[in-house]
Amino acid sequence: MYAGQSVKRVDALDKVTGRTRYTDDLCDRRAYIARVLHSTIANGKVLRIDTAEAEKVPGVVKILTCFDLTEKHYFATAGHPWSTDPSHQDVADRLILTDRVRFYGDDIAAVVAEDEVAAAQALRLIKVEYEEYPFVLDVQKAMEDGAPLLHENYPNNILKHTQIRNGDYEKAIQEPGLIKVEGWYETPPVQHCHIENFICYAEMEGNRINVVSSTQIPHIVRRVVAQALGIEWGRVRVVKPYIGGGFGNKQDVLYEPLCAWLSMQTGGHLVKLDMTREETFACSRTRHSIRNHIVSWLRPDGTFVARKLEAFSDQGAYSSHGHSICAKGAGAFPQLYPCPNVEVDAYTVYTNKPVAGAMRGYGIPQAMWAVESHTEDIVTALGMDPLEFRRKNLMPVGYVDGFSKNEMYADSFNQCLDKAMAAIDYERKFKEYQNQTGDVRKGIGIAVFWYNTAVWPISLESSSCRMVLNQDGSFQLQVAETEIGQGADTAFAQMAADVVGVPLEKVHVVSCQDTDVTPFGTGAYASRQTYVAGFSIRQTGLLLKERILDYAHELTRMPVFNLDIVDGNIVRTTDGRVLMSLADLAEEALYSLSDSRHITAESTYQIKSNAYSFGCTIAEVEVDIPMCRAKLLNVVNCHDAGKLINPSLAEAQVHGGMSMGIGFGMSEKMMFDPKTGRMLNNNLLDYKLSTFLDHPRLQAEFVQNPEPTSAFGTKALGEPPACSVAPAIRNAILHATGVGINEAPANPHNLFRAFTEAGLIHDER
Amino acid sequence: MYDIKALYEAESTQDAIRLLQEHPQAQIIAGGSDVLVQIREGRRAGVELVSIYGIDDLRGVCLDETGAVRIGSLTSFSHIAASPIIQEKIPVLGEAVSLVGGPQIRNIGTIGGNTCNGVTSADSASTLMAWDAVVEIEGPEGTRRVPIREFYINAGVVDLRPAEVQTAIIIPKESYEGYFGNYIKYAMREAMDIATLGCSVNVALSPDKKEIRDARIAFGVAGPVPMRAPSAEKAAKGRPVSAETAEIFSRAVLEDIRPRDSWRAAKAFREHIAVETAKRAFEKSILLGGGVISEQAV
Repeated sequence: MYAGQSVKRVDALDKVTGRTRYTDDLCDRRAYIARVLHSTIANGKVLRIDTAEAEKVPGVVKILTCFDLTEKHYFATAGHPWSTDPSHQDVADRLILTDRVRFYGDDIAAVVAEDEVAAAQALRLIKVEYEEYPFVLDVQKAMEDGAPLLHENYPNNILKHTQIRNGDYEKAIQEPGLIKVEGWYETPPVQHCHIENFICYAEMEGNRINVVSSTQIPHIVRRVVAQALGIEWGRVRVVKPYIGGGFGNKQDVLYEPLCAWLSMQTGGHLVKLDMTREETFACSRTRHSIRNHIVSWLRPDGTFVARKLEAFSDQGAYSSHGHSICAKGAGAFPQLYPCPNVEVDAYTVYTNKPVAGAMRGYGIPQAMWAVESHTEDIVTALGMDPLEFRRKNLMPVGYVDGFSKNEMYADSFNQCLDKAMAAIDYERKFKEYQNQTGDVRKGIGIAVFWYNTAVWPISLESSSCRMVLNQDGSFQLQVAETEIGQGADTAFAQMAADVVGVPLEKVHVVSCQDTDVTPFGTGAYASRQTYVAGFSIRQTGLLLKERILDYAHELTRMPVFNLDIVDGNIVRTTDGRVLMSLADLAEEALYSLSDSRHITAESTYQIKSNAYSFGCTIAEVEVDIPMCRAKLLNVVNCHDAGKLINPSLAEAQVHGGMSMGIGFGMSEKMMFDPKTGRMLNNNLLDYKLSTFLDHPRLQAEFVQNPEPTSAFGTKALGEPPACSVAPAIRNAILHATGVGINEAPANPHNLFRAFTEAGLIHDER
Repeated sequence: MYDIKALYEAESTQDAIRLLQEHPQAQIIAGGSDVLVQIREGRRAGVELVSIYGIDDLRGVCLDETGAVRIGSLTSFSHIAASPIIQEKIPVLGEAVSLVGGPQIRNIGTIGGNTCNGVTSADSASTLMAWDAVVEIEGPEGTRRVPIREFYINAGVVDLRPAEVQTAIIIPKESYEGYFGNYIKYAMREAMDIATLGCSVNVALSPDKKEIRDARIAFGVAGPVPMRAPSAEKAAKGRPVSAETAEIFSRAVLEDIRPRDSWRAAKAFREHIAVETAKRAFEKSILLGGGVISEQAV
């Protein structure tokens, strides 16, 4: 069995030796270079674009503006499976280039040149005349009557408003003796900061357009490029090589349609579009900033009676993933701490900011910041123990969600809390850090998280797999689920080797997806690759095995029911004798003069289940109050992600997510100029992504309750590690100082404000 | 791909001066860790460059005949941090330049570039200010020396005339002998960052270590250029080594500094941090000098 073992990554050798080729490595040097001209106003209309001076720059091939886009095909960019039901389709509100500018950085023209220098020079020489409109950057101000309207069909800029009504909130709060706890909790827009900026290139072949892109979702990109260009979907081919991270930003169609269009406008020539870091910040996608208002009514014994959540999600200028993000967090709210009377109102609202899309956790890190900060505020108000309160109120074993049919099969929360507490020595530290005084204080804080694997029943969930047997008994494995650094290919190889019965090195994973040849599937998102691909790998592996054993029957005259494949050999199960090697069988199969066969298997599995994936974070901090600085001393995550296919890779995945959570909780924030709407800190110096030195040792713990719905007992682990780190840090700072930071991040600026308000800092002049 | 019109590589300081005279529009490039970034941003696109990076005479740390510490302008940060002379005479300078950027930047970035940029946040600058460093400059008219306090004119503007090259930074013996110092870089992260505020303090104690014979303090990012805080220095001079003196000293910096309100940090926050870092760097300097801070109440 390979599943459950920490085998070496299948791509380890290439990656550590630098042999792995990414999009830019693959692009031919004769490519034209494309650069995008972005708007320098936040809201308005482009009246005129003067390219005369720019055209004179030697090396400029062509300059195309929004006015050259004669056919307007509006398209939706979200990396969601297509819905054949128009009412479930994403909002198509984008154009390849636009004259109607909705954020500072919108795409209004593009330069195609022979090299980067000519493209950059030309870009600086283009003159644009605008008609400026007032703009709005604040999510709740955007909802006010009379606020600048971004999209005509969305009054008050509300892209979507959904509600949950369980029980009777108004009636329930009449109960005498209830304690009310209320708070506002907000998370800022942040960025994925994948190390490889977005890049793609395109060229025509015949009447088709080939696109190579750093994406998580090649099959979706194919569909959207075709929709944006207004051509048949089969005329688009998308290739996805190794990518340098995506974290959800590349679960969106970014500039592939523009790049394809530019190639078509320059005679089908190869055109490369390589975004700068500054553009990736300001012009790709961000994590939705969400402002949450929570009211809880409790009995003095800590029982929830009624709860209310209002969530205001800042969509930025275009819909992208839209309300799905806010809705996911809103949906978690009544489940995590079940309560009979709940009201939820979730709003997703357009503002004149960069577009928010998918980012690791998909709304749950924002929701957990609010919910778990609020939980700690309740605990503080009631004078209860943070751990006991959670144990008393968290989703119990046996809980079933009526919509998804997800079930809490095992006691994941208590098991994860126990393991994390032991790992960080919680009880001792919690007592020791009570009621401290002095300038430097320590604290320890808890946060749990809710997550679910995959997107069923909201969207299509299907996976396809192909296996092709080689002459030596090895086989190629192809799935549409993509390797984006997380190690998916390795997990797939482990699962396939187990199902077919071959040594791991006999599985050749075709890492690159090519929509012309890769079986259909929708790509990497929703922490679903291992869960979803598991079904089609198992089903296809069994099919391949059946075909191999059928041929083995021809060669050995033994009945198929007495045959098996074990460690790459055809074995007679009745006595364990090796009858022949799979290699001998495979060679004979291809070259037999009497019965030649090309042994392959391909199948699709439609998954109609979904699995909870829960866990927690405990963080320990030291707060230097006069220096307005919190230092993270220790942090542990514990996850129940079901059975781990590769424990080392799982641990690495948790480390990465924790790192993202540390930045989210302590330092990261996209900032905008209130006067212009321009992003101020769109570079890695001013945007405070945390560094190695800002991290303590990251501890990853697991409890492994096999997921009963899963093909291999496994479930989500891609996104969950980023979900609870920030509120645990916030709660640790609260424990240390008595001050709760309700607006992330807990950086020195916010600590200075909060400590000053709380009277912990006195600046005498 | 960088938008560079021409690159002239100087073989000696005299050659650099000649090239700068021949190409009056040209700008000097040393390690390039700032200049190349600016070219990429378009701020200096199409520039002519005179590279002085190959002039090995401008590299290295030594003690001159007067006992002054002489740092060639092309000396990299990592070189300075590893220099036994720096470690012995002015360890705080080595510590300060070890906080610049990351390892790659410290290997390529030079102290000359760090000061000639004229930026207030330079990690070397506040310490050089606080130690009364002297800048050596060579040009068509010969060699001249300028106290670093006069070298800085305004944000991004230093006292370099046409075709002049900064060749060394000198810390005279009387500036370092008997002084002990500490630098606090206050930044948002532990690495790869620029200072939100930089504070460099050094003190000379009386022989019995009971009195502040002299105290010097300089800040980065407390004004448009690195600056000293003379009121604080005056307030501490001659006072007993005590917590009260540290308090008086640190509060007094507010009379001198003038930080900006910007999106990077609020004025009130920078002022608060200036006082706190001044106090901590002052106390640390005293401890390094062998003093003991009495616990007497303020």
